[in-house]
Amino acid sequence: MKTLTPLDQIPVFTTRIQDFVNWSRKHSLWPLPFGTACCGIEYMAVVGSHYDVSRFGAEVVRFSPRQSDLLIVAGTITEKMAPVLRRVYEQMPDPKWVVSMGVCASSGGFYRAYHTVQGIQSIIPVDVYVPGCPPTPESVIGAIIKLQEKIMKGQSPRDRIQNRRQIAAKSNAEAETYDQALNPGSK
Amino acid sequence: MEYLYQIDQQVKKLLPNDQVDSIQESSTNSNELVITIKPQAVEKLAGFLKNERRFHWLMDIAGVHYPEREKPLEAVYHFFNREQNKRIRVKVPHSEGEKIPSLTKVYRAANWFEREAFDMIGIDFDGHPNLTRILCHHEFKGHPLRKDYPATGNQVLSKPIDFEFDPLPVDEDEDVLTDQRMTLNLGPSHPATHGTFRWFVEIEGETITRAIAEIGYLHRCFEKMAETHTYNLVIPYTDRLNYCSAPMNNDGYCRSVEKLLGVEIPDRAQFIRVILNEFSRIIDHLVCIGTTSVDMGALSTFWFCFRAREDVYTLFEKLCGNRMLTSITRVGGLAGDLSDDWIADARIRVKALRETIDEVDGLLTNNKIWLKRMRDTGVIPKDMAIDYGFTGPCLRASGVDMDLRKLEPYYHYNEFEFDIPCLTDGDNFSRYLIRIEEMRQSCRIIEQALDKLPGGPVSIDNPKIVLPPKHEVYSNIEALMNHFMLIIDGIKPPVGDVYSYTEAANGELGFYLVSDGSGRPYRLKVRPPCFPIYQSFEEVVQGGLIADAVATLGQMNVIAGELDR
Repeated sequence: MKTLTPLDQIPVFTTRIQDFVNWSRKHSLWPLPFGTACCGIEYMAVVGSHYDVSRFGAEVVRFSPRQSDLLIVAGTITEKMAPVLRRVYEQMPDPKWVVSMGVCASSGGFYRAYHTVQGIQSIIPVDVYVPGCPPTPESVIGAIIKLQEKIMKGQSPRDRIQNRRQIAAKSNAEAETYDQALNPGSK
Repeated sequence: MEYLYQIDQQVKKLLPNDQVDSIQESSTNSNELVITIKPQAVEKLAGFLKNERRFHWLMDIAGVHYPEREKPLEAVYHFFNREQNKRIRVKVPHSEGEKIPSLTKVYRAANWFEREAFDMIGIDFDGHPNLTRILCHHEFKGHPLRKDYPATGNQVLSKPIDFEFDPLPVDEDEDVLTDQRMTLNLGPSHPATHGTFRWFVEIEGETITRAIAEIGYLHRCFEKMAETHTYNLVIPYTDRLNYCSAPMNNDGYCRSVEKLLGVEIPDRAQFIRVILNEFSRIIDHLVCIGTTSVDMGALSTFWFCFRAREDVYTLFEKLCGNRMLTSITRVGGLAGDLSDDWIADARIRVKALRETIDEVDGLLTNNKIWLKRMRDTGVIPKDMAIDYGFTGPCLRASGVDMDLRKLEPYYHYNEFEFDIPCLTDGDNFSRYLIRIEEMRQSCRIIEQALDKLPGGPVSIDNPKIVLPPKHEVYSNIEALMNHFMLIIDGIKPPVGDVYSYTEAANGELGFYLVSDGSGRPYRLKVRPPCFPIYQSFEEVVQGGLIADAVATLGQMNVIAGELDR
């Protein structure tokens, strides 16, 4: 005769709903590879069978910003490309994260040149920077693990937006005081 | 000499005396002539070279800015005759504001080349149908490759450019309401456009009636950067031209500097460069086939190709520390030597590569879907290919068996047994077949080169060009001084210019290098093989489906890094 399992023997654990949400988010990142240059080819190697990023739950590559929550900027961003990158970022639904793959995206790299954006942080906020030209696949996977830790730490998207606004307000205020220090007469 | 004499006589007969400044043999290339003419004679001379002397290829148009000269601007044309393997470089010095007649009516290849010279240097071409910026964004002011433009002069773009087709002439009989044409924008962030190309197409149903291809989304100023670095420091930048096959670009660039210096690298270095070049050719073709198959929906082939690439990456990493962007060559030789262990490893991996090529071949060549997508799509006839300045696999798929490795063997390529595959259909499927066969031939070359690899040094023995070995730098004051001078001042080639070319994975990779005798290149113009190939895209895709255009782009193997530089 079958009986119901006693309640105290059912394997359950309790958690906060936000932790549960974060936990599920971190294992199902859907990346949008914004691959423009050499790093894009290396990102293909990350997705490829040898390194296999699906072990970390981030292999469902989507090319539509509306279906993805992780923007991987892989490659140099030029002045011509900058408005496009901003637009793609804006089209992604929250929660969203950004990985800047390679030095070109992070700081312009060794292209200190007239048509290269000197770091994408001037266009979009970045969560994880990956150094290297191009970064090895191991370090890209490392970045995804770092991002998962960040997601697990549990900032909700709303917190992140709030933070971002605060930082922007602060830097604006700083810029203003800086301006006034330079030109005391103005304003 | 006889050839020079012939051309000399004919050109003098053709053009009035005051329009020809000089005709002479190039100091660096034995098969090249340098002609300096006045701007108004350009079109006539080009027509003569093309129609009567069979110079069917316009390889490149470079602009150079010499601010201290009386005529500060110079347009440099490179013409090529395949049957006789002759090249002619035409220089047109002119002053600010003076116009040069456009060659777009003579060579279709001239269109984008002229736009580039206008964008970068500010040379004005008279009669060009669409003389607008091509690499820099449309709000850019000034001409970045002029000597007075600072390398760090960034200009921010506020919004992407909008396109619009010219309205068609209205047909009286046709009802406006039945017009089914609409316009569609693809890219630059689109999987089928490989991240950095943008097409603006007019479609009727799903058929493309007109197309505009916009490039420049990866213009990261290679040429300006080259002018601000010493000769050896430019090598890492060349890696990032065609990043799918980096060693080939290193080699092409170093060869141009060596040609200007007039030095020949040792045999062992030549063989090693051959081995690296052929490995890169294989992995380049693997990327091309792999990404095209992803675009066609055959994801598994992509895994096969990238698995094989990892093998070659491991070899490169073992040799120089970086998987992809190797920077392995130096002016006058190589950065390092091959070990016996590496050679044994390479032999094993070539065998593995052969197996992968067979697997890819088996997966795709008789695959019904693949055949349907690739056969008779993106057809490029022979004449059109030549007129657009095609080289490499895309040209060989259109029925011209031109390969610089056979035509003008460098690095002992004449001592290896290999074939040049050639097909006549000119469609995507032939381009794919050519690539498969070329990979097999490259395997053959690598095996032979590994067998024949001679001993000896890998760099020439010249303290003004190559860094002295480390143990001497630490123990010998003279070597220390040489090391110091080379690092600080760099190599100093003689004053002059050179056009050097190698057969890269996509075709002829040319470097036009101007030296003013200092430690930095005065001007370095790259002739990227896929620039003229992609130029034909607007015309090739007309009348086909959008899906065909995707296959065509894949098989043209356009690499943004070298297209936009």
